[in-house]
This record gives sequence, C-alpha cells and structure tokens, in this order.
Amino acid sequence: MGIEIGLGEYLALASVIFGIGAMGFLTRRNMLIQLMSIELMLNSVNVMLVAFNRYMPENHTGQIFAFFVIAVAAAEAAVGLAIVISLFRLKQTVETDKADALRH
Amino acid sequence: MSTGGDFLFIVSSMFALGGAVGTVLAKSPLRAAMSLLLTIISLAGIFLTLHAHLLAAIQLIVYAGAVVVLFVFVIMLLGPESTTPAGEFRGLMTRTASAAIAAIVTGGMAFSLVRTSMPYVNIHQCPEGAECGQFGGVVGLGSELYSNSVVPFELISVLLTVAIVGSIAIARGRTQAEAKEVRERRAARAAGDADQAAREAKLTAEVSAHGGH
Repeated sequence: MGIEIGLGEYLALASVIFGIGAMGFLTRRNMLIQLMSIELMLNSVNVMLVAFNRYMPENHTGQIFAFFVIAVAAAEAAVGLAIVISLFRLKQTVETDKADALRH
Repeated sequence: MSTGGDFLFIVSSMFALGGAVGTVLAKSPLRAAMSLLLTIISLAGIFLTLHAHLLAAIQLIVYAGAVVVLFVFVIMLLGPESTTPAGEFRGLMTRTASAAIAAIVTGGMAFSLVRTSMPYVNIHQCPEGAECGQFGGVVGLGSELYSNSVVPFELISVLLTVAIVGSIAIARGRTQAEAKEVRERRAARAAGDADQAAREAKLTAEVSAHGGH
C-alpha cells in the first residue's frame, strides 16, 4: 500500500467524525438524533485519546481517559433518553423546537 | 509497515465515516441508531489497530451492547411519533451556517493534522521494554486503573448511581397513587364547576320568571 498510516491519519479521522457529529447536532430537530450526534462526538474524542496514548505508550493515561469518557457517555445517554421520554409524555413529540416552555 | 493494520484502519475508517454520515442524515431514528451501531463497531476496529484491546472490548460491550440498545428501546417505546415528519432539518440559514462552521473547523483540523509529519503508529510496533505485550490489555490498563486512578474510578461508580436514580426519577412519571390523587382533585373541581353552573342557571331562571310578571 502506498500510504503510511500515522498518528495524523487517526487524528484526521477523529476530527472529521467530530465535525459530522457537530453538524448533526446543529441541523437536526429530532432530539433522539441529536443525542446520537453527541455520542458520535464523544466517540471521536475517544479515538483521539487512544491514538495519542499509542503515540506515547509509556503509560495508559489516554486509555484511562477514554475509559472515563465512555462511562460518562453511558450516564449521559441514560439521562438524555429519560428526558426524551419525559418530553414526549408532555408534548407528544420529540422535536426540540416544541420544548419552548421557558421561551416567552 | 504492517499491511494488516493499515488495511483494518482503512476499512474501519470508511465504515465509521459512512455510519456517521448515515446517523446524521437518516430520516427515521431507527436507521440512525443502526448507522450509529456501524460507526461504533468500526471504531472498535480502530481501537484494535491502536493496540487498545480492552478498550475495543469495552466499546463493544458498553456502546453496542448498552447505549445503542437503550436508544432502540426508547425509539420502540415512542413508536412512529419518534420520527419528526416535516421540516426535519432546520432552515436554510441555520443549515448553511452550521455546515460552514463544521466544515471550516473539521477541514482545517484534518488538513493540518495530516500534513503534520507525525510518526508512524501501527499495531505491531511495541514500545521499548518488557511490558510491551501488556500495553492496552487487561493487565496493563487494569493495574493502571486500580493504582493511579482509583479515586476517579470510584467516583465514576457514584456518577453512574446518580445517573440511574436521576433517569428513573425523570422518566418514571406519576405513580398510581399520585395519578389517582390528581384525578380526584380534577373530578372535585369539575363537580364544583357543575354545582356553580346549576346555581347560576337556577338564578337566571328565577330572574326571568320574576321579570315575566
């Protein structure tokens, strides 16, 4: 194969996935898909952390960080989905624009 | 140069990017969840090329096994209304602005990172030293986790407990006793309204009867 896969390629992949996730979070109205976009962004950060840890393999700091990010993301998904269910019970929709009780 | 690791990286990153785009563009949330699953499994492959075996396993168990399943449960619970039909994407202004921001940031970052002459990282390249084989494995990561970062690890358990309690408290809704109480209060108010309406009707009838004379 002609190209060599280095640290830069991993970081580029992670930043592209982060950008896709950010765009999804900004453009979608469906709260479920916005939560999935947040998961995408957290995952891309994990890739970055693990790639940097591979670059400096003397300790496991990056992988420990990625481990904690995974745990926090799981907690965030649980709470976020509970909020989605609660919003749906109140408004019969998952559109974020309909959640405007504090707007006026 | 490890051709196997490179091949795994290229295939996994293609699938990861495709899954990410599918997640963002999918009309129905269920398809988005399946695309997210594809991305997550591909990122586990990326972790494998980075010699992070334990994290790849954790990624599969926690994300593919728990988070995506939770998403699918919620989508099934909400039913067809979980798809927001018309005007799913925001207006043209918002869309263009957010796409421009994301493209500028991502493009700049990706370009500068690829252009940087970073060292070659692959799966067969071991760090110097005896514990090479343990890098990213259960022994290496576990001993690090239980020696240097034991306090954050315990705090994570507190965080997860709080998240469980909080999500139950948010999603539980009313208990049957509370629902009954609310129903009774509403019925009492309705009965009071009916009483008052009857009294007013009687009064009006009396007034009109009196006026008739």
